[in-house]
Amino acid sequence: MIAYILRRVFQSAIVLLIVGLVAFSMFRFVGDPIDNMLGQERTMADVERLRVQLGLDQPFVVQYFKFLGNAAQGNFGVSYRQGRPVATIIRERAPATLELAAVSGALAIIVGIGLGVFTAIRRHGIASNLIMSLSLIGVSLPTFLIGILLIYLFSVELDLLPSFGRGETVMIGDWSTGFLTESGLKALILPSITLGLYQMTLIMRLVRSEMLEVLRMDYIRFARARGLSERLVNFRHALKNTLVPVITVTGLQLGSIIAFAIITETVFQWPGVGLLFINAVQFVDIPVMAAYLMLISVMFVAINLIVDLLYFAIDPRLRIDGRH
Amino acid sequence: MSDFPQPAAVKPAEQGRLTRLWSSDFAWAFRHSPVAICSMAVVMLLVLAAVFAPLIAPHDPFNPATLNLMNGFTAPGTPNAFTGEQFWLGTDDQGRDVFSTILYGLRISLFVGFAAVLLALVIGVTLGLIAGYVGGWPETIIMRSADVQLTFPSILVALLIFGVAKGFTPVEYRDQVAIWVLIVAIGLSDWVQFARVVRGATLVEKNKEYVQAARLIGRTGPAIMLRHILPNVLSPVLVIATISLALAIIAEATLSFLGVGAPPTQPSLGTLIRIGQGFLFSGEWWILLFPACTLLALALSVNLMGDWLRDALNPRLK
Amino acid sequence: MNTPVLQLDALSVEIPTRHGVLKPVDAVSWDIAKGEILGVVGESGAGKSMTGNAVIGLLDRPARISGGQVLLNGKRIDNLTPAEMRKVRGRQIGMVFQDPLTSLNPLLTIGDQLSETIDAHLHLGRAAARQRAIAALDEVGIPAAKDRIDSYPFEFSGGMRQRVVIALALCAEPSLVIADEPTTALDVSVQAQIIALLKRICRDRGAAVMLVTHDMGVIAETADRVAVMYAGRLAEIGPVAQVLGAPRHPYTHGLMGATPLASKGRSRLAQIPGAMPRLAALPKGCAFHPRCPKAQNRCTVDPRPTVADGAGRVACWFPMGAP
Repeated sequence: MIAYILRRVFQSAIVLLIVGLVAFSMFRFVGDPIDNMLGQERTMADVERLRVQLGLDQPFVVQYFKFLGNAAQGNFGVSYRQGRPVATIIRERAPATLELAAVSGALAIIVGIGLGVFTAIRRHGIASNLIMSLSLIGVSLPTFLIGILLIYLFSVELDLLPSFGRGETVMIGDWSTGFLTESGLKALILPSITLGLYQMTLIMRLVRSEMLEVLRMDYIRFARARGLSERLVNFRHALKNTLVPVITVTGLQLGSIIAFAIITETVFQWPGVGLLFINAVQFVDIPVMAAYLMLISVMFVAINLIVDLLYFAIDPRLRIDGRH
Repeated sequence: MSDFPQPAAVKPAEQGRLTRLWSSDFAWAFRHSPVAICSMAVVMLLVLAAVFAPLIAPHDPFNPATLNLMNGFTAPGTPNAFTGEQFWLGTDDQGRDVFSTILYGLRISLFVGFAAVLLALVIGVTLGLIAGYVGGWPETIIMRSADVQLTFPSILVALLIFGVAKGFTPVEYRDQVAIWVLIVAIGLSDWVQFARVVRGATLVEKNKEYVQAARLIGRTGPAIMLRHILPNVLSPVLVIATISLALAIIAEATLSFLGVGAPPTQPSLGTLIRIGQGFLFSGEWWILLFPACTLLALALSVNLMGDWLRDALNPRLK
Repeated sequence: MNTPVLQLDALSVEIPTRHGVLKPVDAVSWDIAKGEILGVVGESGAGKSMTGNAVIGLLDRPARISGGQVLLNGKRIDNLTPAEMRKVRGRQIGMVFQDPLTSLNPLLTIGDQLSETIDAHLHLGRAAARQRAIAALDEVGIPAAKDRIDSYPFEFSGGMRQRVVIALALCAEPSLVIADEPTTALDVSVQAQIIALLKRICRDRGAAVMLVTHDMGVIAETADRVAVMYAGRLAEIGPVAQVLGAPRHPYTHGLMGATPLASKGRSRLAQIPGAMPRLAALPKGCAFHPRCPKAQNRCTVDPRPTVADGAGRVACWFPMGAP
């Protein structure tokens, strides 16, 4: 088991290095960093000084590791567009995205698993069929469309909820939170539904299909043949076996919430790192793009690793190496 | 042995392939599933509308000569205050007929979607065949790359590719190549599932006797992969392709909506929605709603088809 | 012993499909008395398992009981509500499935699975249920039961697993045990042990056993009476010695000729020409007549003769060995 963990950590490190390489290459080869940082009026001396300062005269590999070293310390350079350190910008905007992601994720998990179990157990009922049909729409509708339609309904027509921004936020140390104000909470509602709906539908359909598979298994038949109550069969036997594969996929899905936040933040003009990234892409602001890429990678790799290790904790068959 | 009536011998099916297909289980399930028929009908309708857009569209929305700014903001069905012209679905801020823009937008959405899936399919199937059949280093490299790429949501990968390509393109050409960059970006972000499935199926087929027989006869690797293994791994590929199509269409719409996809000069449905969102609060709802509904119908039907296909081809559910 | 434990009275099961309505079980009747083992044999698809499922009420949709009755200890059970039937299962009817690997939930210890079953029916409380569980494992011959009760199913070998399954099926002390191919998935060396175990336990408790199998050898070893099924119908039923030694139905006769042990050293196994018909294409009249060497016109018309014959019945107009 230790061997497995080490192997996974090693793999994760490789992935991060590769992503770092991609980010660094972007930095070096897309456009000219010097062009981007100095204005029209520059002297050769300025250019030369910047070259040395940025280490552009050194071999590729050296620059690469310097880049990684900087990144590890949180130094991602300066934004072409804003002229401020990227790290600062990201730190300012991170809380917005993280809060949104947390609320959406919680929504997706709770409602998703609940509905998934329900539609599996009551497979042939009307409610189940209705929910399944609606879920198909949830999966087919692009996130931005959901957001726009929600805005249309609740902001334009009903004027109940805000259509953009975070509302008022309160600073707790470095962290700006929207949880403590009414306008902040109201502003969270539509975006989190928008962001979480897709995940919720996926989780629901996954849980349902896994549970239906499990309910077809022999040990479920045997459990019924022993006269166990439906509650025991569904929740003790079926659910446990269902959740094992569900957890891995779910974990990975939830990680992608942060990435999908890009879309939701654009629709609602939510001042998070997603909107920052989109603006960076539009302006070809490489430092911001690279920084976002690196941070997201670290997050994804970490989530993948955690989920893999979680598998161990849950499935006893994996704990005993080699036997059977 | 006493003589008693022998059971009648069943005549072997000498029917044509099409007839056999029609009476197969698969076709039966199709004919009896209203969902499958409806969604296929919708998809066909939209595809035809897109293909014949130049013939159907009452106006050409991209010919500046035919545009009249005074036509702008006409509501659907009501005559314009200034010119008296009527438009089925109204006009946008530039005086372009919404119905026509939708038709042309459909064209782009479908084109990008199909092309991207095709690209992803070709890349993915090829790499999958190689990985499964050849094994060794190629397989490791291909599958590790797949793993690395899979760690990230495809939208991110597509955004990245698009951003980098944009960085490399001189500003003047950015609009023109946008569509192609879009296709490449979406296609490259999607090949992985094809590769994985094909590799898995290839691994299974590789050990079957007909492959060993072909090798004994002296067929070369590529020939075996192409003529023998490929046809047998196509069934799951078909399902993935349909679902990928839906995802590609949505991906394109999303990227266009975010402003990093089809430009306003060649708008896809996503771009139209982006433009429409700007007018939501000022009351010209039709600029948003109709493209949105069209996208919804398209995505929904392709998704339904993919879902139904997956269930119909799943041997375990029979 | 007056009331038989199990009584099937013209039990029929139907499955509506797009090919029409199929009848995997067609008017099957038999009794099983207390302490008696009835073997049910037939080819795959003959309807043996389906009958067992119908008795215990576990028919998968869209299959359903379409006719006849099932009586357990004199009381009808085929028309109970799901809740009532749940109480019957496990407590009055126990079922042993074929594949011990898939019959046990891989994520729960066998102790958990035993305790929950005992608790569901006998309401003993955790500690007492656990003691019972250990005793049950002892009874089926699991060594060091006290230690192994907290093990997971994958930690046992196939034969041990099937013992656990038997323990589970019997732990609530049912009066009827349905064993559906209990040894088919096991190694030959283990099969004999499991069959012996099953036989011993059921005798000890006086349970009635319906033993479904396609293995004639097991029947010869274990059963008191045997029922032969063909295409969903009962072909012949009687004491083992009689049915196996002097079969009356031409199909049974053919089976015996095709069975190594019964052919007593003959050099070639006789083959019954043709194959069992598919349910969607059953011949009119007797289902076996197209393959029957003794078929005559009457066989194409009237399917359900029942010639009582000593302690058994034969569904044939012209049973073999008739005077």
